[in-house]
Amino acid sequence: MKKLSVKSVVAIGIGAALFFVLGKISIPTPVPNTYISLQYAVQAVFAMLFGPIAGLLIGLVGHTLIDATNYGPWWSWIIASGMAGLIIGIITMKLDMSEGLDGKKLIRFNVAQVIAHLVSWGFIAPCLDILIYAEPLEKLFMQGLVAGISNMLTTGVVGTLLLIAYSKTLVKKGSLNKE
Amino acid sequence: MSSPIISFQNFGFQYTAQAEPTLYEINLDIYPGERVLVAGSSGSGKSTVASCINGLIPFAYPGQSTGKLLVDGKEVKESSIFEMSRSVGTVLQDTDGQFIGLTVGEDIAFALENECVDQEQMKLTVDEVSRLVDIDHHLQHAPHELSGGQKQRVSLAGVMVDEVKVLLFDEPLANLDPAAGKNTIELIEKVQERTKAAVIIIEHRLEDVLWRSVDRIVLMHEGRIVADQRPEELLCSALLTEHGIREPLYLTALKYAGVTVTPEMSPAHVDSLKLTDEQKGMVRTWYQSGKEGKMQSGKAEPLLQVEHLTFGYQQGKNTLEDIDFTIYKGEMISIVGRNGAGKSTLAKLICGFELPVSGRILLEGRDLLNDTIRERAEKIGYVMQNPNQMISKPMIWDEVELALLKMGMTEEERKERVEETLKICGLYPFRKWPVSALSYGQKKRVTIASILVCRPQILILDEPTAGQDYFHYTEIMEFLVELNRQGYTILMVTHDMHLMLEYTPRAIVFSEGKLLADTSAAHVLNSPSLVEKANLKETSLYTLSVSCGVEDPQAFTERFIGYERKEAR
Amino acid sequence: MAKVAIMSYIRRKSLVHELTGTTKLVFFLLWSVAAMVTYDTRVLLCMLAGSFVIFKISKVRFREVRFVLGLAAVFLLMNNLFVYLFSPEYGVGLYRSRTVLLTVAGPYTVTLEQLFYHFNMTMKVVCVVPVALLFIACTDPSEFAASLASIGVSYRIGYSVSLALRYIPDVQRDFTNISQAQQARGIELSGKDKFWTRIKNSAAILLPLVLSSLNRIETVSNAMELRGFGKKNKRTWYVQRKFQKKDWIAMGLAVAIIALDLLITFRDGSRYYNPFL
Repeated sequence: MKKLSVKSVVAIGIGAALFFVLGKISIPTPVPNTYISLQYAVQAVFAMLFGPIAGLLIGLVGHTLIDATNYGPWWSWIIASGMAGLIIGIITMKLDMSEGLDGKKLIRFNVAQVIAHLVSWGFIAPCLDILIYAEPLEKLFMQGLVAGISNMLTTGVVGTLLLIAYSKTLVKKGSLNKE
Repeated sequence: MSSPIISFQNFGFQYTAQAEPTLYEINLDIYPGERVLVAGSSGSGKSTVASCINGLIPFAYPGQSTGKLLVDGKEVKESSIFEMSRSVGTVLQDTDGQFIGLTVGEDIAFALENECVDQEQMKLTVDEVSRLVDIDHHLQHAPHELSGGQKQRVSLAGVMVDEVKVLLFDEPLANLDPAAGKNTIELIEKVQERTKAAVIIIEHRLEDVLWRSVDRIVLMHEGRIVADQRPEELLCSALLTEHGIREPLYLTALKYAGVTVTPEMSPAHVDSLKLTDEQKGMVRTWYQSGKEGKMQSGKAEPLLQVEHLTFGYQQGKNTLEDIDFTIYKGEMISIVGRNGAGKSTLAKLICGFELPVSGRILLEGRDLLNDTIRERAEKIGYVMQNPNQMISKPMIWDEVELALLKMGMTEEERKERVEETLKICGLYPFRKWPVSALSYGQKKRVTIASILVCRPQILILDEPTAGQDYFHYTEIMEFLVELNRQGYTILMVTHDMHLMLEYTPRAIVFSEGKLLADTSAAHVLNSPSLVEKANLKETSLYTLSVSCGVEDPQAFTERFIGYERKEAR
Repeated sequence: MAKVAIMSYIRRKSLVHELTGTTKLVFFLLWSVAAMVTYDTRVLLCMLAGSFVIFKISKVRFREVRFVLGLAAVFLLMNNLFVYLFSPEYGVGLYRSRTVLLTVAGPYTVTLEQLFYHFNMTMKVVCVVPVALLFIACTDPSEFAASLASIGVSYRIGYSVSLALRYIPDVQRDFTNISQAQQARGIELSGKDKFWTRIKNSAAILLPLVLSSLNRIETVSNAMELRGFGKKNKRTWYVQRKFQKKDWIAMGLAVAIIALDLLITFRDGSRYYNPFL
């Protein structure tokens, strides 16, 4: 495997710090035990900008820190968080943000995040939970579905808004005239 | 003479992303043990020179270079950033960004860890270096427990462990209060005497750097070196002022008095300045010829009253204690004091971000306690120090309009209000631009516009000019003066002494959570005990007036400011 | 915005504190795995007793972790409630036996098997909580990176964990400042706004936070490169304790626990201890 660049190392560290801070201020939804988790929007953007390994580790480290300072780690969900970042990173890997953002890239980003959250919360998390905690299937898939859909919506809306805004900060100087 | 440690030979550089080169035909030799100040306004290329010396160019910022650059005998292009880091130690402007370790000790050891030095040796080195920069009692501290000046000491220690041959400081004074800045300059001198390294300081705050002597000043402008002279010579020319660098105040005062400054007067320090009796007489005459009357003191009606205000983030530990003062309509006023004295906390309390433990805040005689943040914001506008932390919309128009969306106005009303505000702020021509296309100073205006749009009665600005060169500083401040003329009351939290002296007749001084003084700005800086307690720095005008035998240094300072306002602009 | 109460390092002298970070990390990971693998009541009870013993040795006081334990209790309660609502007969299937204690309504009856299942499931989490808390409370964060590196994780990844810990307070402060300034302009996350508005508001707060974080990444990575990070394939650590005899004993203990755990759990061919058959 290629060595992580220093920039990726820092992106993981600061990305995980963001993940942690945002994870602590989650906004409750009508469904109990489930929150609008802004951290996934930021993780998705970072995964797109810094690649799959960064996405994976931001999720793993960030989520572990949240759990560890709350009530002890719930490993299955930690792994699912990491996988979400990994999948988004892989699918969006070929997109070069430095050349601006277009509709196609936004669609790719959203397809990636939908797949990622579907796989992570609809499959990985419940399967691990069955394996580890032997909880009833119906409960796990219901829980996973709610979390997955809520994360998809958050990432879809907030993540997309962030990307659009970010891409506007990349506008080249000199291309603008006063009116 | 020994061979230079750094040698630019016909060197030019262009960033890949830019259309024009940033540096042209730089020829500069720096010798071991020299102390060189590189000065220049923003965009002069001085920071690019720094990045060339430490290897960030071309290894982190790609681009096209021409000519040669040798550092420690090696051509930089053929070296690597790691090899460069053995010769050049860099202290970055952003001390929070440079402080990587979880504690002081770890951060100092960072470079040694990367070199795989074994732990025992590492501990010895860290102990030694930390004693040298006087941070050895804080080895276990986390960065947020330290002041800005202490963090900078850690940064310095962190690059010294490598026994580098060049110490490079990128705007070391930008984030420090005046006294901490003074200490930094003294520390740099001390470290240099010990290590014999060449020291390069990139700064536009000339007078503060000259607190200790430098061998040469390299003046840059638009990517070229326009002067490379001994300070005594450069200070006597008009080059500095012409290129947007503020010359030391005492020299400006001498020029106003008609004294011609020559290298023989050793003008690099106010303490070493040699004046003949005749010249001293000229200064006195100038002073007497136009004594300013006391600054306007016709007290208007009170606008904001703070009464017995006490607040603490933790129980039993007060950040602010029993604060009392009144601000009158139409004032422009400074709140000064060292980092952590409680200035920013006070601003937060006034805006309602935090609620007081006891005491009251009254606006036009009405207690604000039960007003929400939002309700207060319609009367009291708060502008953060860093515009990048405030701007939340990519387009200028949207950013300025944002606060109005919650005020139940029609689209027509909003449009009118936004346009009017943009005109006041000189941003109307840019109304359809994205924020990202603006300079820092313009962004600052956008944030001010986004607050002004609510038509508050008071504007509170946190460090409005932090990190700005003289040109942008003047630009921002003149804009604020204009707003003040239009009737806005302006409150500024700052540790910039020039700002306080030049723009605000009155200053409130804080120290360790207490209100230390509430008096005229000139008086603050002419009172040695206040200066000491609040971690400020007396101005060179004070020293000059004393050495010229002016009986009232404070009046001398006021005369200087008055003269500048009236005649020099 | 109120400061969030979080669990953090408590500097103190105790046997647990004196172990190296690596030992504690290995112990904690193996302990978690042991609890995850087993569903054997006897093993779980032993582990629970064990975790109390370790807690005692650590000299961490109950009131210092009370808040976190409260959170854990709420979490477990909710989880149990959900499991029951979805599958009130799950335990019956698992233990192939049905002993009805009382009938609530419709399909909802309380069976001894279901209760026993809930007890075991809860136990699996409960016996890890004290150990997890102690890992956080007794490990100097400065040791994390070195510990990760010493169990074979690349030091680059180890250091990114360290950076996360380093910059959490800074990000927290930025977030507070940004959201306060935005609140003044009527942009809030909490409050009376509609759900949809709040989501859009959150983007307005996140944008400056993300952009300033991207700037910070730039500065920090420059600073690290300028000081030689990543130059070599390994690095040494300023804060790293030397391995002592007690570390080897603790690690040996962890290995023994997991071996016993596997042995007792799977000896009879089933992961579950079934007292009903």
